[in-house]
Amino acid sequence: MPEDIRARISAGVHDSFSAGLGIFPLGIALGLLIIQAGLPWWLAPALSVAAFAGSLELLLVGMIATVTPLAAVALTVLVVNFRHVFYAFSFPLHLVRHPAARAYAVYAMIDEAYAVSASLPEQERSAPRLLAMQLACEAYWVGGGLLGVALGAALPAPVEGLEFALCALFTVLTLDAFRSRREIPSLLLAGASVTAALVLTPDLAVLTAMLLYVTLLLARHTLTARRPETTATAVRETPRRTADAFDDRP
Amino acid sequence: MHLTTGPSTPYLLSVLAIVFTITLALRALPFAVLGRLRGSAVVRRLAVWMPVGVLAILATTALHGTVTTDPHGARYALPAVAVTIGVHLGLGRRTILSVGIGTAVYVVLLNAL
Repeated sequence: MPEDIRARISAGVHDSFSAGLGIFPLGIALGLLIIQAGLPWWLAPALSVAAFAGSLELLLVGMIATVTPLAAVALTVLVVNFRHVFYAFSFPLHLVRHPAARAYAVYAMIDEAYAVSASLPEQERSAPRLLAMQLACEAYWVGGGLLGVALGAALPAPVEGLEFALCALFTVLTLDAFRSRREIPSLLLAGASVTAALVLTPDLAVLTAMLLYVTLLLARHTLTARRPETTATAVRETPRRTADAFDDRP
Repeated sequence: MHLTTGPSTPYLLSVLAIVFTITLALRALPFAVLGRLRGSAVVRRLAVWMPVGVLAILATTALHGTVTTDPHGARYALPAVAVTIGVHLGLGRRTILSVGIGTAVYVVLLNAL
């Protein structure tokens, strides 16, 4: 294997460590939940591979245990995972050439994978780095689930509060993404969207916030596009300029 | 051993098939549509504008989830977020360190107090 590719794979695995801090404990929680609900152990790895979407799987365990009608399951999956539709705009799939690798990159486009890749500057991204990170994340998720199943009843009171890792990870990645691209208007629009979503639809906050956010960005696009040529050009050149200006990573 | 009448295996397999199909479709279809829109001004601008806001939304809703699942969540989660940000900006943006210390602070506060 060329030195260059090996370095990129190792960078990808390194990227995955921070996401793993959130994913692995959640996987354990999923395994424990499945055993506590009286469901077969193999459901943990099967669900992790079939869905590969943490928050959805935790939600599904309760629905499966009570044999919720399949139509209701389908609707829940559609609503909870609808946010992934918006990731396509900025997920670096164009880096991945091989068809099988592309298919895997899309299948494994979980929140954490999107978040970690979105916080990297463009010139540091590559296909091996992205895929290695995604494969590692799936390994943490499936591995965590199996460990949770194995722990089963042995751990009557699992350590509380580990789910905070997810919150800490997204906070840190927001800081990094802001450093790569100082998009204050976007941040303000996102803040308004999520505030409105939490007040109006607390149970569907992520979905509502994403829909509002995209709507506001489209409005921003329409408003700035109508202005003279200079504004549009400045915006178009933003990624390159900021990437150069803020690429002072050690 | 659980002897209660749980969901049948065909039901479980149906759930797995549904979950797999819908999740994959939601992740794949936008790329198929975007392929035709590539290079359009609106897609290029959204690609630049979206990430930081999406991450901020995920961070806020994750924090909200933590705060609402535990009655004492808010009192411990906000200081833990502050520690996470402080460590990240103060100790050279090492993600694992920031996430690790922030989470440790939250777990200790939640379980020890």
